[in-house]
Formats: sequence, structure tokens, C-alpha cells
Amino acid sequence: MKSRGVVGKYQRSREPLALPMMLYGVLFVGLSLMYIIGLSLMTRGADFNAGAPFGAHNYARIFSTLYLRSLLQSLRLAFFTALFCLLIGYPFAYFMAKASPKARTWLMLLLIVPFWTNALIRIYGWKILFSATGPINQALLGLGLIARPLRLLYTDFAVQVGMIYAMLPFMVLPVYSAVERMDWAMVEASRDLGASPARAFLTVTVPMTLPGVLAGLVLTFIPSIGLFFLSDLLGGSNTMLWGNMVHNELLKSRDLPFAAALSVVLLALTGIVILVYRRMGGRAESMVF
Amino acid sequence: MPEHKVLLSLRGLRKTFDTQEALDGLDLDVFEGEFITLLGPSGCGKTTTLRIIAGLEMPTEGSVHLDGQDITHLAPEKREVNTVFQNYALFPHMNVYKNIAYGLALRGMDKSDIKRRVNEMLDLVQLEGYEKRMPSQLSGGQRQRVAIARSLILSPKLLLLDEPLGALDLQLRRQMQQELKSMQQLLCITFIYITHDQVEALPMSDRIALMRSGRFVQLDTPKGLYEQPHTAFAASFIGETNLVTARVEAIKEKEVLLNIAGFTLPCYCEDWLTPGENILLSLRAERIHLSALPVNTPCRVTGELIESHYAGGERVSLIRLMDGQVLRVRATTESEAEPELGSTVYAWWNQLSGVIVRDDRVSS
Repeated sequence: MKSRGVVGKYQRSREPLALPMMLYGVLFVGLSLMYIIGLSLMTRGADFNAGAPFGAHNYARIFSTLYLRSLLQSLRLAFFTALFCLLIGYPFAYFMAKASPKARTWLMLLLIVPFWTNALIRIYGWKILFSATGPINQALLGLGLIARPLRLLYTDFAVQVGMIYAMLPFMVLPVYSAVERMDWAMVEASRDLGASPARAFLTVTVPMTLPGVLAGLVLTFIPSIGLFFLSDLLGGSNTMLWGNMVHNELLKSRDLPFAAALSVVLLALTGIVILVYRRMGGRAESMVF
Repeated sequence: MPEHKVLLSLRGLRKTFDTQEALDGLDLDVFEGEFITLLGPSGCGKTTTLRIIAGLEMPTEGSVHLDGQDITHLAPEKREVNTVFQNYALFPHMNVYKNIAYGLALRGMDKSDIKRRVNEMLDLVQLEGYEKRMPSQLSGGQRQRVAIARSLILSPKLLLLDEPLGALDLQLRRQMQQELKSMQQLLCITFIYITHDQVEALPMSDRIALMRSGRFVQLDTPKGLYEQPHTAFAASFIGETNLVTARVEAIKEKEVLLNIAGFTLPCYCEDWLTPGENILLSLRAERIHLSALPVNTPCRVTGELIESHYAGGERVSLIRLMDGQVLRVRATTESEAEPELGSTVYAWWNQLSGVIVRDDRVSS
């Protein structure tokens, strides 16, 4: 208790230094959030205008099969994105952390360099890969595995693959950071006490890297619900994710209040996910690479 | 060491990391029930030796036999050997109970049996009531006890301890030393103990293997190592000693006559000497006596008292001999009035206290 008091005092004395950051937060996050919430309670006017009457009618509109189906589809996509990112990203991060420093640098470059390229351009790359005359179909045709080109582009499958591709680094980085910080003496102790390599991994490595995994799951799950350009480019006409809904209402229907309501729902969802994450013992620091 | 049955034997153990030679051909037999210490400065290869015995490292050459069985390439989990790691390596996500029960749970032991055994262990290491604590909530000494209990619960044939007391403060370290020793005697488990602290090694060990640069310098009882060091390194690593350069004047039947700074005095003989050569004589600081008046004893030199410090129970004095060599002397302070600085004093010792050692100092 005594030590906590000391820490509290220490933090209080540093508060003035945090003021600019807090001001920034209030101005650019707090105020815009309040604007969105306020907007969501208005009614659309002509063009981009909005005004009275006020009410929760925009939220009531969301409770229709169209939007609930979109929400479910988004959540499912986000779930599988997080899952596959974990399945692919964990081994990648694990071996990257255990590789020699030189190999580690190369693997890190492999992961990061694509990030310096515009995301849109990379998604166009997938478009080429998936197209009827693209390399995947060409190869499968050439091998005689298929008689006619597969329809890959403009499917949910393409959106899912693209999403996993786009989100993978957000899983790899926190897991890598957790594995890299691991004290391998723990694993040795576990082997020494009679655990096979697999048992040692399950009983020691997994629990000890869990903070990284949880952070990775949150960091891949949340953006997957909201990303719209991926499904715009790779998805079919019936792929309507939550992000697309917001996008459409905003730019096509020009119904600002309704778009705001959809955004608020997305925000609430994100909030719930983060609450669950905190409840499971996850900490904000684990998300920082 | 009851019936001198060899439990562990290392043969020609060699280990190279990249181009670095860590172990340079080790041979060692450890007897059942023995407390053996691997002592040496950091980087001498003692931890590598331990890791090879535990199976956490594979030797480049050589073999490890436990109870007559070749375990050189056996996985660590298949060896009846357990380790107490340097920084305890307790599982941070498990409480004390789960840490201690870990090994038994892996073996699929019945839950009620595990509970009974864990309680026995908690009793042994005096940690009853701490079952629910997490490692982060324990003091260094308590973590240490958990680490020991976690290994001992598996009743290993051999327990390896890698500098287990290194992180504890001095008082706790002395107390844990005693407890470790009595635990070892109570359970009759063979201990291989690693330390760089000779003060720790001497009172606990049945035998000490002194290591340097991946080799054993001397394998001996604590008394043998202290009283009869074979080399200059052994003499100076353990206790405080003066390494005095002397010339061999003559070799008699059982002793040699040495010349130290102009004084001729006898010393017990080592057969590898030849007259005229320079040798090193190890003289323990506390085995040298000082007096202002001549003493009638064969092992005696005179010199100038150049420094003298009162250090509690003893007085540390520096004596410069005629040829410039300086003797460091520790004498109990109850002895008579101390001589004045700058005066000539007589330094003398029992003939048994002078030990001729091989010069293995690293020339720099």
C-alpha cells in the first residue's frame, strides 16, 4: 500500500507533462466522438445536412435482417481472421523470435516491408492473383487439377484471405514480442521436471505468451469488422460488411445520422471486445510492440 | 559416502560452442549420497557441465553415465536428474502448490497422492500456508525453497544446483547453506552443487572439483584443497594465500631446502623439483606468525613491516622481504603488542604450512 502511495505521488507530479497529450485526446478523440454520438440521434436532411427531430430512430432501423445479417457476417469474418492469423502468425512469430539475429532481421523485413507499400496496391495484387486468368488458376489448370478456372475473385473466400493477409502483422508483432521476452529457463525447467517438448510448450510457453496472443487477437479482430475497401475490391455483391454499410450510408445514401449510428454500434462492439480483453488480464502495454 | 558406489560418471567430456572450447575433456566419478561442488570463476565451464548432466546441452565428445546407464543423448525429461536453476525458473503463472506439484502431475499421479507429497515438501522447506501464493509474491529465499521443493518432490537420483544461493543476501545465504546440507543428509540424495564462492563450497561439500578454463584443476576434499593445493591457482582461489617465489637449494630425502630472500629454510618435498630452479611456495596468510623478537624455528624470514590494519578479530600486516616480495599476514588481535611500522619483524610458520605449488598463473 505504501509503495502504491509513492507511485501515485510520482504520477501526480508528472501530470502537467501529460497535459498536451490530454488536450489532444479531448480535442480530436473526445469531441469528435461526441459529435458522432450526437449526430446519430438526429434525422437526415437534404444533402449532407442533419437536424431535428432527435431520437433513437436510427438505432431502431438497425434492428432489421439486412443489418443484423451484415453484422453477423462481419463478426464471423473477423473471428476467422483472428483465428487464422493466430494459426499462421504464432508459429511465424515463434520461429522468428528463436531464429538467429540475422535470420530474424530478414523475417522482420519480410513482414514489415509490404507495410511500406500502399494497402490498396497490395489488394490489387491479390485481385491479379485471384482473377480467372491469374497465376493461381493458371497453375491449377496447368497441373490438370481443374478443368475450368475457379471463381476466386469477388467471393467471401477472397475477402477472407485478403483480410488474413492484411491483419497478419498485427498478430505476429505482439506474439513475437511476447516470445522474444520469454525466459527460456522456464521451458528448460519444465523439461527437467519431466515434460516432453509438446507438454512444455502447452503448459509453459503458451501461458507465458498468452498476453501477446490476446493482444494479437484483439488487434486483428477489431479492424476486421470495420475494413471496407477490402470487401469492396475483393468481395462479391453480397459481401456486405459493417464497414461497407457505414461507407455506403455516408457516401452513397448520404444519410449522415444513420452512418453515425452504425459507427456507434461498431464502437460499442470494439469497447466490449476490449473490456473482455481487460477482464482476461490483457494489458494495453501488450499491444504495443 | 556410504559404500562408494559410483552414481554418475563423466568420461572425456568435451564441449565447443562455435569455436569456443567450453569443456576440455572432463572425467569425474560422483559417488552415491555425495555432496560434490563444482567450484570455479565464471566462464570456467561449470554451468555447461551441469547442463550436460541435466540433458539441456549435448556434449561435443565424451559420455555421461548415470547408475551404469549411458544417458549422454537421453532427453532431459527422461533422466532421473533434477535441477535447481540459477534464478529459480519458477513458473510465474502457477502458484506455489502448482509449481511444486508440476512434476508429479506430469507423471499422472493421483490427485490425493500429489496433495500429500506436496504437503510433505512444503513441510520440509518450511513453506506451509504458502500454497496459494504466486512466485511474484515471494521473497528470494522463499522462491529458492519452492525451487528446491519442486525438484526434490520427484526424488531424483541426483540433484543439480546451479548457484542456488547466488541471489540471496549474505545472512540468508549462510542459513540456506545449512538447510541445504541437512536436507541432503536427511534425504540421502546426491547433490552436485555449483558455485564460484569458495566460502560456500568449503563447509558444505564432501568433495570439491575446482575448475578453470574447462578443466578440473584439482578434485579433492575441502581440507585437501585448502591444505594441499596442487597449483598456484588452487591455492589463491581458495582462502587467502601468499605465493612466494623461492629457489631450490638442495633436495634431501623427504624435504627440500629453499632460499627465500636470502633465508634458507626447509619445506616438504615434491618429487618434480630440481636444484637451482625457482618454485612457488603457497603460504596461507593466517598461518604466518609475526614477532618482534627472533623465534627459534627453521621456517623463518625477516622483513620490514610496511603496513598494518586492525580488522576486528584479526590484524592484517604486510611484510616486505629483502628481495622486495611482500607477505600478507593475518594474525589474531589478542596476541601481544604490535610492532611499529618500519621496524624489522620475524615472520615464521610451521613447516607443514608451506606448500610447494605448480605455477599455473596466466602470464599477462
